[in-house]
Amino acid sequence: MNFPILSLIAFTPIAGILAVLAVPKKNEKLIRVIATAATGIALLLGIGLMLAYNYRDGAMQFVEKYTWIKTFNISYHLGVDGLSLSMVFLTVLLCFLACIASYRIEGRQKEYFVLYLLLETGMLGTFLALDLFLFYVFWEVVLVPMYFLIGIWGGPRKEYAAIKFFLYTLAGSVFMLLGFIALYFTSNPHTFDILELQKGSGGFAIGFQQIVFMALFLGFAIKVPIFPFHTWLPDAHVEAPTPISVLLAGVLLKMGGYGFFRISYPILPEAAKWFALPLAILGVVNIIYGAFVAMAQIDFKKLVAYSSVSHMGFVLLGLASMTATGMNGALFQMFNHGTITGGMFLLVGVLYDRTHTRDLKSFGGLGAQIPVYAGLLTVFTMGSLGLPGLSGFVSEFLSLLGTFPVFQVITIIAVSGIVVTAAYHLMLLQRVLLGPLNVRWKDITEINRRELVTLVPLMAITLFLGLYPISMLYLQGPSVAMLVEKVKGLLV
Amino acid sequence: MMNYPYLIPLFPLMAFAANILFGKKLGKKSALVSIAASTASAALSISAFVNFLRGSVASVSFAWLNVNGAPVMFGILVDQLSLMMLLVVSVIGTLIQVYSTGYMSDDKRFSRFFAYMSLFMFSMLSLVLSNNFMMIYIFWELVGVCSYFLISFWFEKDSAANAGKKAFITTRIGDVGLFIGLAMIFWLSGSPYFSDLPAIAQNPDRVLLTAAAILIFCGAVGKSAQFPLHVWLPDAMEGPTPVSALIHAATMVAAGVYLVARCYPLFAACPAALVVVAYIGIVTAFMAGTIALVVNDIKRILAYSTISQLGYMIAALGCGGYTAGTFHLMTHAFFKALLFLGAGSVIHGVHTQDIRQMGGIFSKMKITAATFIIASLAIAGVPPLAGFWSKDEILVSMFASGNYVIFGLAYLTSIFTAFYMFRLCFIVFFGRPRKADLHAHESPAVMTVPLMVLAFFSIFIGLVGSPLMHNWFGHFVTFGEGHHGGAPAGLIMGASVAAGVIGIAIAFALYILKWQLVPQAVRIRFTWLHTLLINKYYMDEIYLSAIIRPIALLSKYSFRFDKNLIDGVVNWTGLFSLFLSEVKNSFDKHVVDGLVNGAAKLVDLCSGHARRLQTGLIQNYMLFIIAGLVIILFVNLIR
Amino acid sequence: MISITHVMLFSALIFAIGLYGALTRRNAIGILMSIELILNAANINLVAMARLWGDKSGILFAVFVIGTAAAATIVGLAILIAVYRNAKTVYADRINLLRW
Repeated sequence: MNFPILSLIAFTPIAGILAVLAVPKKNEKLIRVIATAATGIALLLGIGLMLAYNYRDGAMQFVEKYTWIKTFNISYHLGVDGLSLSMVFLTVLLCFLACIASYRIEGRQKEYFVLYLLLETGMLGTFLALDLFLFYVFWEVVLVPMYFLIGIWGGPRKEYAAIKFFLYTLAGSVFMLLGFIALYFTSNPHTFDILELQKGSGGFAIGFQQIVFMALFLGFAIKVPIFPFHTWLPDAHVEAPTPISVLLAGVLLKMGGYGFFRISYPILPEAAKWFALPLAILGVVNIIYGAFVAMAQIDFKKLVAYSSVSHMGFVLLGLASMTATGMNGALFQMFNHGTITGGMFLLVGVLYDRTHTRDLKSFGGLGAQIPVYAGLLTVFTMGSLGLPGLSGFVSEFLSLLGTFPVFQVITIIAVSGIVVTAAYHLMLLQRVLLGPLNVRWKDITEINRRELVTLVPLMAITLFLGLYPISMLYLQGPSVAMLVEKVKGLLV
Repeated sequence: MMNYPYLIPLFPLMAFAANILFGKKLGKKSALVSIAASTASAALSISAFVNFLRGSVASVSFAWLNVNGAPVMFGILVDQLSLMMLLVVSVIGTLIQVYSTGYMSDDKRFSRFFAYMSLFMFSMLSLVLSNNFMMIYIFWELVGVCSYFLISFWFEKDSAANAGKKAFITTRIGDVGLFIGLAMIFWLSGSPYFSDLPAIAQNPDRVLLTAAAILIFCGAVGKSAQFPLHVWLPDAMEGPTPVSALIHAATMVAAGVYLVARCYPLFAACPAALVVVAYIGIVTAFMAGTIALVVNDIKRILAYSTISQLGYMIAALGCGGYTAGTFHLMTHAFFKALLFLGAGSVIHGVHTQDIRQMGGIFSKMKITAATFIIASLAIAGVPPLAGFWSKDEILVSMFASGNYVIFGLAYLTSIFTAFYMFRLCFIVFFGRPRKADLHAHESPAVMTVPLMVLAFFSIFIGLVGSPLMHNWFGHFVTFGEGHHGGAPAGLIMGASVAAGVIGIAIAFALYILKWQLVPQAVRIRFTWLHTLLINKYYMDEIYLSAIIRPIALLSKYSFRFDKNLIDGVVNWTGLFSLFLSEVKNSFDKHVVDGLVNGAAKLVDLCSGHARRLQTGLIQNYMLFIIAGLVIILFVNLIR
Repeated sequence: MISITHVMLFSALIFAIGLYGALTRRNAIGILMSIELILNAANINLVAMARLWGDKSGILFAVFVIGTAAAATIVGLAILIAVYRNAKTVYADRINLLRW
């Protein structure tokens, strides 16, 4: 415990906030520079963390632990392992890129970037926290800036979307908190420490585990989101400004999935086994239902939002399998969904900035007008569709392959979902890029350099992980293996 | 001699990267990049082949993914089958790209076209070299997406964009089966490698094994456009003709056949699966052959012919004719590529695809016409051209399998094949032009030279599997099925020739001599049959109303369900909370606050009465004072 | 001989007249005059008692009362004039500013 790199990563954005607050409101350029610098430093620290991380060891690394509230045995406990490392990296990366994409936010930039940086700290803290209380604090810290970011800088129905998002998530997190408190009072000695609770996980009675699991499930399910708790997502995504949609899809949804990996599964393994079949069914419903609903969309952003619902289904499926392959696929899918859907939202924003519409029916033939944009959109759409050679395929493939030995019928239904997925993605491509040109857009301008800067890294990662996916498995594999060992899947 | 087979796909990949990134700068040079890359691939393929004959096999592998704790090693599999495919793909691919420089010369996305072609070459060559199911699935999808890009290459046309989409989605349906089959193989054996297939085939669970085999075959059904997923291939003709030649005739559509051949140890162990394969194949061959009789679009005739020939190969594999099927795959690749390129040359010359508008262009496009007729003779099975030998092998293997229904249908189909090909030839190249302004002209040399090279192959490639070379191919690519004893080989050979001759003769009689072979009365009686064929057995319509519309509706209603019910519940919860808060608000206002106000009101009421004493009249006050005084005095006195 | 009883009856009569006037007169000046009567009734009693008991302080007291009464009447008249300026009346029953 020599160099507190995790605290440094988590609180670099807070330093950024202080710096931004010190700048006069009118100096927007400086504010942007500071915010970019703060997220950039966090990104560099994240890359440093990736380099310093020991890939052979699946246990917690860079642990920091200080007593915080002694009376309740609450500690400030941070740590990173294979489960959270990719999420932390995803967060710092997307925050940096979305920060660059935020330059064109209209009005009140100072407030915007303050809230934005606070959001980043909240998300990073959630992924790094190893104490349930700390976890909950960070979890809630995410909510508030998000509420304002949607509610102030959002689209026409921003108030509705922001309130819906806030209340829905808050309702979930109340149950989650109840679950945490129940765990605290049942553990002996009373503790909020995740690692301690994992050690004593055998001691919980099955009935208690089931109740707590369901309470946590509600909190996480709303965040993921799992059908039928998903309806806040399309509204929030559509109304939020582009960079916030990116973070919402790229990182916030992962907090729910991560909760299963970090808390529900290792602490409540028996209940997880008990709930595997329902979770698999919910996963396949997410996949198929999300795809069908996405197919009916004519709003570009809403389509991408529902495709998120569909993609997160693979996470659930992989989780439900409780096999190493499936769990690896699920975790991998979370990362890939972050990069691919994040990219998709950026692309929606690029088009929206130029056309001020998201109506898919009003596009057409743009492929010939803006070939670079068309190329990027094609790559990301294909990634989202699950084309081999891009990262999305590998993770979906793994989670399906891992689930097949456990739930054959469910997997078969899920696999048939890829046809619908292909259909709506191709319809999207056709409506935007192909066909005769809509003359309204004959003067549309090509994607600019700043937008390219935000998209190219994501594309590079998507390609790299698609072509050489085992690199990601080296990173997360040992930790997932430890988790599977602890949970002892259905097959054993 | 160099032996680096793993480099074979990498050259086109580099060409793709160069063309996609620097396409604008390269301009026309992008064609050179792509052609150079595939020439290098072809050269390496030949060297790999020579090395293989000498007994040296190079191999390479690296860990790509972990599944079930064990790494999946990506590597290359160089054996007889993959070498044959490598040669076919790289040689034909190179020729077609040379041809494309002429055919696509005026296109504004010239470099993009070659980028996609190179990507396809990379994917196809990798597919052929794949050593495991996972790898083949990946490249299987990649060739599919290349096909999608190239079909909708002229995407400004809605029909092209739709055709690309249809092709991708239809083949994806088959891929679902392939994926599940693959997962089952994994589940049954834990090994994705083709080299383990003979061991996997020993698995005692025959039902699962058969199911896995049939599911894998589903992938082939989609990719090789077999019934009932054949509908995409005719539409795919919207793409540029070189694409049709390379992807939708010679190589990608043959990938399905290749897959079945690659998994032959599995299929051979599951007789039920083989029966399915055989019947799907023959139904496809027959059905597509009949449709081809009536179609008038030159490329669509060839497309149905391709479907039919692929059905032939599949049926041959299903009947145990491993060598026959793969042999036909090879010969067909050459002459069908030639046919498509020839058709492209014709289209290039006359700017129409409708054969009813063509005619008499033999004299104007001599090389194209001659090579096209050579290819037609080859596909019709006229000895000693390539198609004759392979088709004969197929018929022999079908006969030997003892399944005479399949044999009979295959024989009929071969008559149809000869007929429709020569109907096409006679209408297009002979007679008089049916359209006044048909200014046919011969294509440039970059297009005719590949035609001639392919014509050479179409004539002679069949010899490698003929008795003239002691059936060298049969010994090279073999599944150890041995020689088909029992089948009267000579008789079948004669019958096969007869089939071709009959078909050509009927076409000659109908379209050159203009004989009315069929009486008017019979024609009228069978109008319905013609209508049925013209409408392609109404398969598209059936799919539209039975699958596509219901899915679109389902999607629409899912969204409504989502918006109204699921989100409705959320919103109603919100509204209900608002209502509850309204109720609580009024309770608070009237009951809780009412108590507080009530106390105040009571005081107010009492004081309201009491204050009336305050008349403001000084004399009243005085009176009260005195009255009070008197009362006090009086009370005191009484006491 | 005029006994103390006669004097007291007399003063009681004056008092009663004064009281009656104070309670019934509408004119505020009349009320003031009636109050003077009441005070003077008391003065008569004070003087009579002083003679009866031979104590001079009673007389002294009466002189004081006369003095203060004069002062009080002046203040009353001043108020009355002020009231008259506002209300244009000197009738007591018209002036009910203190009414509820």
